[in-house]
Amino acid sequence: MIDTFLIPLLKILFVLNATLIGVTYMVLLERKVIAWVQVRLGPMRVGPYGILQPIADAVKLILKEDITPTKADKWVFTAAPIIVMVPALITFAVIPFGPAVHLFGREVPLYITDINVGLLYIVSVASMGVYGIILGGWASNSKFPLLASLRASAQLISYEVGVTMTLVSMIVTAGSLSMVRIVEAQYNSHLWYIFIQPVAFVLFFIGGLAETNRAPFDMAEAEQELTGGFHTEYSGMRFALFFLAEYANMIVVSSVATTLFLGGWLRPFPNVAALSFLGFIPGWIWFLVKTFVFLYVFLWVRATLPRYRYDQLMRLGWKVLIPIAIANVIVTAIVKVLL
Amino acid sequence: MGEAIAFYVLAALILGFAVLVVSTRNTVHSVLYLVLNFLAVAALYVMLTAQFLAVIQVLVYAGGIVVLYLFVVMLVNLKRPPEDHSAPQRKSWVGAGLGLLVLGELGGIVAYGRLAPAVSPMQNTDLAINNVERVGMLLYTDYLIPFEVASILLLVAMVGAIILAKREL
Repeated sequence: MIDTFLIPLLKILFVLNATLIGVTYMVLLERKVIAWVQVRLGPMRVGPYGILQPIADAVKLILKEDITPTKADKWVFTAAPIIVMVPALITFAVIPFGPAVHLFGREVPLYITDINVGLLYIVSVASMGVYGIILGGWASNSKFPLLASLRASAQLISYEVGVTMTLVSMIVTAGSLSMVRIVEAQYNSHLWYIFIQPVAFVLFFIGGLAETNRAPFDMAEAEQELTGGFHTEYSGMRFALFFLAEYANMIVVSSVATTLFLGGWLRPFPNVAALSFLGFIPGWIWFLVKTFVFLYVFLWVRATLPRYRYDQLMRLGWKVLIPIAIANVIVTAIVKVLL
Repeated sequence: MGEAIAFYVLAALILGFAVLVVSTRNTVHSVLYLVLNFLAVAALYVMLTAQFLAVIQVLVYAGGIVVLYLFVVMLVNLKRPPEDHSAPQRKSWVGAGLGLLVLGELGGIVAYGRLAPAVSPMQNTDLAINNVERVGMLLYTDYLIPFEVASILLLVAMVGAIILAKREL
């Protein structure tokens, strides 16, 4: 009873809350990092160095008036932010944060579940998130959101192909679809997969930027062209859900990249005895640090690179990323057979 | 017991959403019901311990193909249904005939299924653990030729679609 219901429930509650808190602080971190890049201070008023800013923002968004446009499709308009948020959160069910730990005399693995199709589960759940963006734009019954959601859906479909092909080469390398077994395979191969599959890593990261609608691929919310993007007509908490889902997706992509390429909870160069003094740091701290590095790069990229033009974006996806990804799969498969 | 309840709930959802797909007037809503229908079918696959099939169902059908449907429906203005010139009666006869045909087919399958030995997939733990490997082995050994034929069919369809869409290549 305790093992089948209580512990998974507690883990789900913990992961869900940790993610949501992480997401709200990602917003603050983004403002701070971009401010530092531009030699500004960023939010400084609410609390010391602005650390209470996310709470002030949340209060503001909850108290704001919630407007549904008269001509909007009411049900779809209401459902769209939920459809965006839910896939981003349920992905965390299969992400392994660390190895099993001993807590209060029982062995508790630091992941909610380990299913044998874990990686495919993440891809398929992530592919449901695009509905929220398309429907949000369509249901608003307004021109700019509709244009933005068409852009977003075309972009997401294109980059999903490339990312999925990249993941196929990782599956071939690891020989498993289970997230936990992929980490264990990296332990057995003595190397993180970023050293074995550097091309796949670059492809995955570019694809991840596009899949999360982040700069330089944030076509769906290009303010200069589309006023606000697909969420122009949304206000208050519904807008906040779209906003938070974007950051939750960033955390998802970072966690998946950490698991696939940076060895998840493993320390650098696992199995090398000379570095075993690093073992005193628990696995979940390694995982969090690596994920944080990825998140920082997301923000850094946003502060550095200008936005792509739309046709360049599609050309990059179809004519560059997908062919390289397919070639990478073929090369990986040949090497795997020969070795 | 719980399994039976889950099955009947899922079956009712699948049929209910399928009816809503064809009966809803708003095309976008109809496409959305199709997504819900596919998701419920995926849940049914999970109950049959076919996790791989369930995930692929969500990825390809619910997440891929229907997004393209939605794309087309949103681009093409379908506010007013096209005017109907044919006699409505004859169409309903054809529909009823096709419906009876499908019903007869289902009855045949049920009758045939009674003869075959019942399988309880939940107890087959090897299938549950090595789902992907099993599907892959079957596809590339026993069902290799149908698999390749299907892929050639898709290739032909793709080439045909490109030729139709781009006349001056």
